[in-house]
Amino acid sequence: MTSPILTARSGLARRLYGPAGWLAILVAVLVAFLLFPVLNLAVAPESPFHISAYWVTLIGKIMCYAMVAIAMDLIWGYAGILSLGHGLFFALGGYAMGMYLMRQIGRDGQYQSDMPDFMVFLDWKEFPLAWWNSDQFWWCALLVVAVPGLLAYAFGFFAFRSRVKGVYFSIITQALTYAAMLLFFRNNTGFGGNNGFTDFKRILGTPITTPETRMVLFAVTAAVLIGTLLLARTIVTSKLGRILTAIRDAEQRVMFCGYNPVHYKLFIWVVSAMICGLAGALYVPQVGIINPGEMSPANSIEIAIWVAVGGRGTLVGAVLGAFLVNGGKSFLTQQFPEYWFYFLGLIFILSTLFLPNGVVGLVKSWRKK
Amino acid sequence: MRLILLLAIFFSTQAAALDRALVDKLGFGESDEKVVAINAIAASGDPRAAEVLGALAEGELQTSGKLVIIVKNDEAFDAASGDKLALPEEREDVVANNRLRGAVSAALAALKLLSPDRQQRLAALKELSDNAEGADVAMLGIVRRALAAETDPGVKPLLEQVAASLELKGGDREARIAALQRLAGSSSANAKTLLLSYIETEKDADLLAEARKSLRAVEGKRAWAERAGLAFTGISLGSILLLAALGLAITYGLMGVINMAHGELIMIGAYTTYAVQTLFRTKFGAAFDWYLLAALPAAFAVSAAVGMLLERLVIRWLYGRPLETLLATWGISLVLIQTVRTLFGAQNVQVENPAFMSGGVEVLSGVVLPYSRIVIVIFAAAVLAGMWLLLTRTRLGLFVRGVTQNRAMASCVGVPTHRVDTWAFGLGSGIAGLAGCALSQIGNVGPDLGQGYIVDSFMVVVLGGVGQLAGTVYAALGLGFANKLLESWQGAVIAKILVLVFIVIFIQKRPQGLFAVKGRMADA
Amino acid sequence: MSAAAMHAPGQSGSGDASLGHVATGTLDATHGVVLYLEDISVSFDGFKALNKLSLAIDVGELRCVIGPNGAGKTTMMDVITGKTRPDEGTVFFGQTIDLTRLTEPEIAHAGIGRKFQKPTIFEHHSVFENLELSMKADKRVRKTLFAKLSSEEGDRIAEMLDRIRLADSAGREAGLLSHGQKQWLEIGMLLMQEPKLLLLDEPVAGMSDDETERTAELFLTLAGKHSLVVVEHDMAFIGKIARKVTVLHEGSVLAEGPLAQVQEDPRVIEVYLGR
Ligand SMILES: Nc1ncnc2c1ncn2[C@@H]1O[C@H](COP(=O)(O)OP(=O)(O)OP(=O)(O)O)[C@@H](O)[C@H]1O
Ligand SMILES: [Mg+2]
Repeated sequence: MTSPILTARSGLARRLYGPAGWLAILVAVLVAFLLFPVLNLAVAPESPFHISAYWVTLIGKIMCYAMVAIAMDLIWGYAGILSLGHGLFFALGGYAMGMYLMRQIGRDGQYQSDMPDFMVFLDWKEFPLAWWNSDQFWWCALLVVAVPGLLAYAFGFFAFRSRVKGVYFSIITQALTYAAMLLFFRNNTGFGGNNGFTDFKRILGTPITTPETRMVLFAVTAAVLIGTLLLARTIVTSKLGRILTAIRDAEQRVMFCGYNPVHYKLFIWVVSAMICGLAGALYVPQVGIINPGEMSPANSIEIAIWVAVGGRGTLVGAVLGAFLVNGGKSFLTQQFPEYWFYFLGLIFILSTLFLPNGVVGLVKSWRKK
Repeated sequence: MRLILLLAIFFSTQAAALDRALVDKLGFGESDEKVVAINAIAASGDPRAAEVLGALAEGELQTSGKLVIIVKNDEAFDAASGDKLALPEEREDVVANNRLRGAVSAALAALKLLSPDRQQRLAALKELSDNAEGADVAMLGIVRRALAAETDPGVKPLLEQVAASLELKGGDREARIAALQRLAGSSSANAKTLLLSYIETEKDADLLAEARKSLRAVEGKRAWAERAGLAFTGISLGSILLLAALGLAITYGLMGVINMAHGELIMIGAYTTYAVQTLFRTKFGAAFDWYLLAALPAAFAVSAAVGMLLERLVIRWLYGRPLETLLATWGISLVLIQTVRTLFGAQNVQVENPAFMSGGVEVLSGVVLPYSRIVIVIFAAAVLAGMWLLLTRTRLGLFVRGVTQNRAMASCVGVPTHRVDTWAFGLGSGIAGLAGCALSQIGNVGPDLGQGYIVDSFMVVVLGGVGQLAGTVYAALGLGFANKLLESWQGAVIAKILVLVFIVIFIQKRPQGLFAVKGRMADA
Repeated sequence: MSAAAMHAPGQSGSGDASLGHVATGTLDATHGVVLYLEDISVSFDGFKALNKLSLAIDVGELRCVIGPNGAGKTTMMDVITGKTRPDEGTVFFGQTIDLTRLTEPEIAHAGIGRKFQKPTIFEHHSVFENLELSMKADKRVRKTLFAKLSSEEGDRIAEMLDRIRLADSAGREAGLLSHGQKQWLEIGMLLMQEPKLLLLDEPVAGMSDDETERTAELFLTLAGKHSLVVVEHDMAFIGKIARKVTVLHEGSVLAEGPLAQVQEDPRVIEVYLGR
């Protein structure tokens, strides 16, 4: 079998998924690591079987979104906490990776300076403190999870301790990402203002736009996505996962059972934020740009609808929802741009009204019949 | 206008004549001499002074041989006497450089201080106090005369200030001290710069001390003026936030419905105002200034109708599921924005103020309150009062409060809870429409208008405490003030961020808002 | 019952700051009193729900608390379990543990279990999982993430399932149980916590006569090993289990003593019949 987990700790493997589930994952692995690379790199562009760069980037991008959706499902679907600020964690991860990519441009920028173009433009002579060590990949990779994680910890600590719940929590997370967006829009903040980071040239010394690099990024993303899914599944099938759902359903009871809900919420909140950061870091090199628009409240709230469409509290539903909605988005924004907002708006309305358990729930209820 | 006046003076004073030596200097002298001549001519108080100086300013003063003449409509007059001459062939312009022009306009203004027309005098004073050079010391006589004659309380303080500035330049010690003391009463920026520059040049210790004292007084007054201005912008922003949040105070605060499309209901109100305005412009141009009277009820009605429709179609089915409501209403907001884009285009549309709302009053020198903002403050107060009356004095209000406090019980005693929900939601939405109508008067109207207010309005309601009208008011005003205060200190973006951060911290400290209701409601 | 037996078995990892750690003292009930409330007052918007309430529960005692609606019985439990902070007064668990200073989970750890007036169980979990989650164990985040059910723990759960007569429904979603079954499940969850003191708010509401009967038996077997405070309106039930009864009225103790004596008390009769 391909999965080492499966052979090494079959107990855990059985806990995570049944045979059908593992089979589906196996198929996904084959598609991502075999089918895509071959059809994209080895098959000639004229062939009807060729997968174009457009599709590789699109699917790669959506896989990043799927990770965010898993993160959202952990916190919303399982712990019942709706975050309207997950776009912030995603963007922070993206910015951390973006810093490294900006440094990798080296002297190939417009101004042929060691500093990124926007800094030269602002007439800055040295790097701001936040850019310390940002030419080191390991350091930025650390920031990718550490920054969202620490911010989430600080914010969550106060919020959960003060028992901020439900809609209140959602609204202040929205305010949080909104405030961060305003902050990043400023040139003085030191992250490129309006334009953010773009025009990347290299990653780890290799050119970033070649088909090979693109495919490597795609494969890494797929691997991390599957890893995230399994990790999330491990969490929710553990006793801790059951406690999270218990908190969602009857927090009082959980407290009187002797669990401190604050710590549990904080744990899953931070894990969720770190997954978002990771997703953002994989997203930026593939898409080639990161700007404060990613922090807009509208972006964050859209994440929730991916999960709602797929089905809350199922993880697979989150991945499915991310693919459905974003697939629909890229189709509609190209074919009928003016209808996209109607479509998105209607998804929000209809899925909450008629699909309380999402597509996964729908399929389940069909099966039962 | 000025010309007519000059001509009037000219015809009434045919006989008088100016000192020919002075006039010659004006025509042939060096720059410095010319300035001296200008001031001397003005100071003479001669009725013809204005004409000659005016001619210099207009480029009508010319020289022909040894004679200084005024050429007007191909007719020549002797500058000194005003007698009509034959138009000489050989003529040369007297060139007035910037410095001369400044001197002339100051001198002319000084002369106009004696005008019987109040408007004229005010214009002249403005000219004199805005003029960088200020009036020349030579004008002191005229200004003193004007001051002695002035009785109008609207003009006198300004005149006193101009006089004081001249006394500081030309008066004797006693006069200077008096002038310094008089300046202490002023609050204008001019008085401050005047004192500052005076302090730099004065050597006399007593005078210097006096000047410093006056400067402190002026600065103190100016600080108050600035604070007053800040307070007003704070109140103004507060009233806007209040308007935006009042509707939410009903739909969210009382009914507990998280309506993310609230901003879009505001936007619909603004677009309704735009539509009514366009209708008036094309159909009833004469009554254009009154279009707001029609736009207010229209904005209320349209937004209320949309709100009631939403309640019936969507929100009703999600009562008790706040997070789902949040998502569904967000979807509604997207649909509404796109609908407006389809109907009116993605660009901003122009909503014009009616005439009575443009302009403003200057309450203190340098503090201008735009009428549109004043009207909105009053309007916000009126809407608040109306809403309060509606909630406390009417059956609907009673029902709404009953239903929100105990739905089951209210339904048992025969309150039609479903209909109350619809009407209450309509009311909240209608108020959002009114807010939109008001906002259209002070800002851009575009499809995204509502998005900018949704975070703010929720902050207001959350901060104020759910179900608390008084809390909403305090929170709106408080946020308005805080925002403006921080803005004057750190700039708009940082101010906004600080306020948001503050709210985030505040909510964590007091999750139930400023006016917490301790009790069972709070547990939910 | 000896004092030593009342000590909570070694609180693991004291001083450890890891997530989920709950630090409480150990129960010291040397003077035979397990719970001691003195002069407790609670007010909501000026309304006094509890007014100088004093109460002492002995180790192993089964105390019934009765009183008309709104007397403050539930509020009293809220105060004991940390859900509501008293405006004044002290609450001591044993000699040393000041409950007004602890959070809800800390109080649960100290050894107080509570059944709510409205049954609160984890509706989306199976009956088995409900018991598993409430079982006495290390309740810190890291431990629960890697927790594995030992066979000994499985046995305890199975035992409890038998005891609360839900063995057949072990795999069912708890939300699907009948009202009476939910009450039993909640009692079972309490017992899994192995508390020293059980607070039971209207435990037999919604139960059939048969179930009520069995509940009474259960409580009588629990008394002695645990201390119990039972709030009930069902006087027939109280009659079966009552030893000492406390009558609450308007936030303070109106009468206290054996049931028969309390029922004779003219003030109690006045309170119950006068309205
Ligand atoms: N959180 C709260 N906010 C406001 N009032 C409250 C709150 N909790 C309790 N009360 C009031 O305090 C009084 C006592 O309530 P409590 O629930 O303790 O009564 P009870 O004796 O348990 O009544 P019942 O037999 O109906 O359960 C009641 O009048 C109740 O309305
Ligand atoms: Mg009660």
